[in-house]
Amino acid sequence: MTTLHPQTSNPPGRLARIWDSDIAYSFRSSPVTVVATLLALLLVLAAVAAPLIAPYDPFDPASLDLSDGFSRPMVPNEITGKVFWLGSDAQGRDIFSAILYGSRVSLLVGAASVLFSLVIGVGLGLVAGYVGGRTEALIMRVADVQLSFPAILVALLVFGVARGLIPPALQEQMTLLVLVVAIGLSNWAQYARTVRGSTLVEKNKVYVDAARLIGLKAWPVMLKHVLPNVAGPVLVIATINLALAVIEEATLSFLGVGMPPTQPSLGTLIRFGQQYLFSGEWWILLFPSLVLVLLALSINLFGDWLRDALNPKLR
Amino acid sequence: MSRTTADEPALVEVRDLKRVFDVSKPWLNRVIERAPRQFLKAVDGVSFEIRKGETFALVGESGSGKSTVARMVVGLLPPTAGTVTIDGVSMNDAAAAEERQRLRRRIQMIFQDPYASLNPRWRVGRIIAEPIRAFRLVDGEAAIEARVGDLLTLVGLHPADRVKFPHEFSGGQRQRIAIARALASDAEFIVCDEPTSALDVSVQAQILNLMRDLQERLGLTYLFISHNLAVVRHMASRIGVMYLGRLVEVSEGKSLFSAPRHPYTRMLLDAVPDVAMVGKAREAVKGEIPNPIAPPSGCTFHPRCPLVFDRCRLESPPVIDGVACHAVQAGRVAAA
Amino acid sequence: MPPEDAAPVLSVRDLTVEFVTRRGTLRALDRISFDVARGEVLGVVGESGAGKSVTGSAIIGLIDPPGRIAGGEVRLAGERIDDLPDEAMRKVRGKRIGMIFQDPLTSLNPLYRISEQLIETIQVHTDLDATQARARAIALLDEVGIPAPEKRIDSYPHQFSGGMRQRVVIALALCAEPEFIIADEPTTALDVSVQAQIIALIKTLCRERGTSVMLVTHDMGVIAETADRVAVMYAGRIAEIGPVRDVVKEPLHPYAQGLMGAIPSLEGETTRLVQIPGSMPRLSAIPSGCAFNPRCGQAFARCHVERPELVAVGDRKVACHLYDEPRRSGAGAEIAA
Repeated sequence: MTTLHPQTSNPPGRLARIWDSDIAYSFRSSPVTVVATLLALLLVLAAVAAPLIAPYDPFDPASLDLSDGFSRPMVPNEITGKVFWLGSDAQGRDIFSAILYGSRVSLLVGAASVLFSLVIGVGLGLVAGYVGGRTEALIMRVADVQLSFPAILVALLVFGVARGLIPPALQEQMTLLVLVVAIGLSNWAQYARTVRGSTLVEKNKVYVDAARLIGLKAWPVMLKHVLPNVAGPVLVIATINLALAVIEEATLSFLGVGMPPTQPSLGTLIRFGQQYLFSGEWWILLFPSLVLVLLALSINLFGDWLRDALNPKLR
Repeated sequence: MSRTTADEPALVEVRDLKRVFDVSKPWLNRVIERAPRQFLKAVDGVSFEIRKGETFALVGESGSGKSTVARMVVGLLPPTAGTVTIDGVSMNDAAAAEERQRLRRRIQMIFQDPYASLNPRWRVGRIIAEPIRAFRLVDGEAAIEARVGDLLTLVGLHPADRVKFPHEFSGGQRQRIAIARALASDAEFIVCDEPTSALDVSVQAQILNLMRDLQERLGLTYLFISHNLAVVRHMASRIGVMYLGRLVEVSEGKSLFSAPRHPYTRMLLDAVPDVAMVGKAREAVKGEIPNPIAPPSGCTFHPRCPLVFDRCRLESPPVIDGVACHAVQAGRVAAA
Repeated sequence: MPPEDAAPVLSVRDLTVEFVTRRGTLRALDRISFDVARGEVLGVVGESGAGKSVTGSAIIGLIDPPGRIAGGEVRLAGERIDDLPDEAMRKVRGKRIGMIFQDPLTSLNPLYRISEQLIETIQVHTDLDATQARARAIALLDEVGIPAPEKRIDSYPHQFSGGMRQRVVIALALCAEPEFIIADEPTTALDVSVQAQIIALIKTLCRERGTSVMLVTHDMGVIAETADRVAVMYAGRIAEIGPVRDVVKEPLHPYAQGLMGAIPSLEGETTRLVQIPGSMPRLSAIPSGCAFNPRCGQAFARCHVERPELVAVGDRKVACHLYDEPRRSGAGAEIAA
């Protein structure tokens, strides 16, 4: 028997292979995506490294000086002479530092809630698609009901219920966790639907039969065989949902049910800022809003590209 | 291959196998349209046996139920009625669950589409090693790797190919990988569901030759499913012809082609475009396969059959002496 | 001046199709040339990647970017059609060149009745009025073997079986009385017993009407039964072209020999099938010289460097150095034996 195998030229290095792959090429040839990704990375890095970058600690009330209040951007304060790059708010808090710390909170809540809804949604979607029958019907009808409510309403509901259940003393510390659960619970249905759809396709492929033939039970087949093959669309939704979750968190905080003023997120900052919109202190609102928009937009653009790149039909 | 296997005991026994699919519309549509439930008899009372070391082929056109039989034989699909017994162990009896798990190692399947039968996210080495790990046949990573390398060599690939992904291979090479995986658990009985119909002819020849070589070397038993009569003729020692869920003729390989008995077999043999037929005129075949949801009464072939008589429209013919046809049984036709 | 019938209906010269990708230009068709005579069925056979479907698409001007016709010419009844503007080409398609595809469902719109689709096509290409067009449609359906056509003409495509749908597609292709029909795998999606019917139908219709057909398929059996001449393609080139009987019974090109030996037949004693090692090269890695050289058992030094041109050997043409002038006497005989 002759040995037949594809011609193997000297394999290039791993990095070179990645650089040369179709996905990398599609990335390189889309300037919008490159800019958006760099911007998103910059914002995320800045948020992560906030303690190192921020000139002030906005969470430390002791460092605040009321006479620093309402400083204009880049203009030395009339009383103290301090310069705030993006101005300061009523309490004399540095807007730039507040934004850095605020996006840190926003991104943390966003990422954690995406992870939360992803785990729930993917798990339920897999079970629904693979098991089928009544289990599927039940899960998908719950998902339908969930999708017929605006996400923000579900989040408000969860938030309200949690408020009632958690003792007041713990509420402030628990806010972050409650937010994550509230936003996460309002978004799982999308994952469940997508994963169920892909699972229905994948489970009829014969490699799943091949796995069943050697006596594998349902769970190992789902986790080892089906899950890796439905991961693509999940990744896309997760990316786009990260932007949505950040906005949702901002909305909740703007409505006053989100992060407390002591740990302001971007939404909390925007809520404070809009009080001063018509009194001339525009910077307090403008800069946090701008950062929120840029963050959501850049993540969204990256997500859009990812969707197109992973969808062979569009190529 | 004209090896005599007649003395060998039957490895696989299929008795009166039936499978009905519910193809009704969803409940709400049925209520609104006042439509009754609809059932499709994909397999309707099929019996055959496969002797150790032989290649038994099931041949038929689409809707004949041959693939459904294959899936029931390996246990991927539970039969509606009837039994599959492999080496004395029932594939359906709940009581035999433990024995069946042990039996699984010895039964494998090769599928039609080599692009769908290998998990695209797994490396070839992991795909082939999965049965080895599942049945704990070899201990230790180094030993598993060595075994995978041996299997790859056995099917004509290179041991180094184990680090690649399925998409790096052509269709024929993927089918070799699927065969290596099927052999990984030292399987003795392999069900091949149209193993070459997705491949080009020159690649098909490679795979068919490989399958015959492996059968000779390892003493494998094949259940070979195909719609291609020429391929079946080349591979099988015995052949069963299926039409609309029923076995209409079972015959030793060569005699099916030299002396077909059932009128459907004759029609099929007449219809196949074949390179040997260049420039020859042939008789036209009439009709198409009826809708299997509402098959004709009696013998399901009767509307297309040139030998039809009254009885065919009323009674479904039993399989007697390897052929299910009233006309043949009543001596109305001389054996060709 | 030769009589009109002697001139080929379709004449393809040095047709080259390229696909421009970021990894370089891939040549899907590499200078292929052939003629199809009036009333002739030319089979085009090859394995996947041989370029047989691209040939059909190139002739009817349906190569989508990033693909393009990079060279050569296509003449229909002597008139050049590969450089026609889109609008003019659209008129040629359907009117002068009919098309039959593998899956009848892609050629038939599921939302319209058969009658509407046939009548519309007839009216686009002729100046018959609605009643006349309908009568013509019914006559066509009758001709392609659809029973009770006056009743069934108002059915929707899904009400027909696969074989009947393919008959409708054939009727649709014949609507405008084209001179030339391209049938791309017309029987591949059909069951064996129906295949034979469709093959017979295409054969008789074309014989009666004197229509030429280019039959593209991977199934050598279909070619053997239907075609007058056959072109065997490999890696975007024609390896051998000639009368079907000769090519099937006694192929000259080593690839054609391998291909014929690889097909299990219903006649004769089957021993081991001939096995061509390896597989068709990808377009991005077509070997230099003769594209078949790495898989060829008889390759010699010249095959690795120089591409063989089609040379006449008797009634046929073969692109193989074994049959080139310098070596013909010795090696050619050895091969034919």
